[in-house]
Amino acid sequence: MTQPVLSAKNLVKRYGKVTALDHCDFELYPGEILAVIGDNGAGKSTLIKALSGAAPPDEGEVYVEGKRVNFTSPNDGREAGIETVYQTLAMSPALSITDNMFMGREIRKKGFMGKYLRQLDRKAMEEFARQKLSDLGLMTIQNITQPVETLSGGQRQGVAVARAAAFGSKVIILDEPTAALGVKESRRVLELIQDVRNRGIPIILISHNMPHVFELADRIHVHRLGRRLCVIDPKEYSMSDAVAFMTGAKEPDAPRAA
Amino acid sequence: MSQDDSYEDVVKTRREESFAAFESRGKGLLHKVHDLLHGNPALVPLIVLLASIVVFGLLLGSRFFSPFALTLILQQVQIVGIVAAAQSLIILTAGIDLSVGAITVISSVVMGQFAFRYGIPPSIAVVCGLAFGTLCGALNGLLVSKMKLPPFIVTLGTWQVILASNYLYSRNETIRSQDIEASAPILQFMGTRFEIAGAVFTFGVVFMILLMLVLAWALKNTAWGRHVYAVGDDAEAAALSGVNVHRTLMSVYMLGGLICGFAGWALIGRLGSVSPTSAYEANIESITAVVIGGISLFGGRGSILGALFGALIVGVFSLGLRLLGADAQWTYFFIGVLIIVAVAVDQWIRKVSA
Repeated sequence: MTQPVLSAKNLVKRYGKVTALDHCDFELYPGEILAVIGDNGAGKSTLIKALSGAAPPDEGEVYVEGKRVNFTSPNDGREAGIETVYQTLAMSPALSITDNMFMGREIRKKGFMGKYLRQLDRKAMEEFARQKLSDLGLMTIQNITQPVETLSGGQRQGVAVARAAAFGSKVIILDEPTAALGVKESRRVLELIQDVRNRGIPIILISHNMPHVFELADRIHVHRLGRRLCVIDPKEYSMSDAVAFMTGAKEPDAPRAA
Repeated sequence: MSQDDSYEDVVKTRREESFAAFESRGKGLLHKVHDLLHGNPALVPLIVLLASIVVFGLLLGSRFFSPFALTLILQQVQIVGIVAAAQSLIILTAGIDLSVGAITVISSVVMGQFAFRYGIPPSIAVVCGLAFGTLCGALNGLLVSKMKLPPFIVTLGTWQVILASNYLYSRNETIRSQDIEASAPILQFMGTRFEIAGAVFTFGVVFMILLMLVLAWALKNTAWGRHVYAVGDDAEAAALSGVNVHRTLMSVYMLGGLICGFAGWALIGRLGSVSPTSAYEANIESITAVVIGGISLFGGRGSILGALFGALIVGVFSLGLRLLGADAQWTYFFIGVLIIVAVAVDQWIRKVSA
């Protein structure tokens, strides 16, 4: 069997008396879209935060391409090539598209101005941002310097996905990318996700929207009560099966629970 | 996949709508003004400043509209202007600093007392004063960033603590101007005057203007500056997108403390003496300058140059009204009105779809 790009064993995360992750296992294989579904409070967001470094787990191990890693901040995860698009998008509304795309990894000018005065190379950053947006078919964005708050919900999501796709070399995690969007905007974002997958980057997709999950996912990780209940193939199960698993109405017949 | 979920097929095929088009909506004049202000938040205070100079110039003629009178305004606002630079940085991170005035005065007292009570060489005493200001800022920063206490409460506390320490340490003694002139002239360095064609400048004024320009440049053109705005805009989002929020906040509060230390040095230059009872109102005056300057109290929006314009507007009003022979209370009256107008304009600018 191929080696997982990203995997985890026995992850535990407690918030006070609440156990958000209870010895959870996880595997993501190259080139796939893995959907993570689960009821509210099942610990999906905690799981991805543990994987990306935003909320380091209390116990358990995370592996990137078989190598043990110890992320303590989102920057550690990003350096390892794992990019996350959070449900809140994690963007600064008053800053420009370029500023947001390069937040925390700005490009400095070469020579004296950049080295000693730390001046940013605005031109290089804008060029890069424009390139990445047009790669993803967001060519219609004319003004790369306009503040993010002037964009519509779908456009913001597009910028967030473009940011992740531009820098995520190994894994891209998407947390509820279509939850706040209208039908047409969702459709466009789903196409973006497929575009990114077609470039060979595996994707973790967290969603409540069963039609979207079943349309995109290669495998579905069902999360329940802080752990992985089972992994199902969307071609072999129906949406109602999946919902029954995640709400506990039905037990999976071939349990792969940890 | 079952058949019941093909309801989205309609939109799958019809996709002529451009998803990320930035259609320029039919813009009226108001829209254009709004867009302009959204991009250049320091424009409103600059217009108000120029307008008030013109109005007072017309009313008072050459008594007001002369190089001497106009540079007198610069000298009168230099302390508040320097402190407002520190206040702007902190307010940009969605904080507020009530202790800036206290840090300013205790830094000047440290400079004076170190030189006169302990006989430390005056230039080193100045460095000690600046370091002490930075230390006070670091204390605020730690309480805000590590302990996660609200900046208003933290600095309400440190304001009292620092001001009381200032009185206790200085024993409420003033160091006289003649003594400083005789044995530690470097303490008055910021008060050094020079004249260009009737316009009188001091090093303190030059420092204020250079400080504002340097900070404006750094906020716009360095990663640190962008991080200051991002933290003020939405600290959690900034952290998730890779900004070290703690380090950014600490750098802002410590730099704020250092700038207050410089304000303390300029204060000695302005007064000639070291007085523990001076500059205590600089906290409110600096907040006034920042607000009139169009920097949002909610953080993440505004230009630091606006704070300079805000301080100058206050200076123009107080000198102009005094020359007109009006009761000094009218100055406060108009400043109060300006504050409310400034916040109202800020709210309007923040509305994206005005």
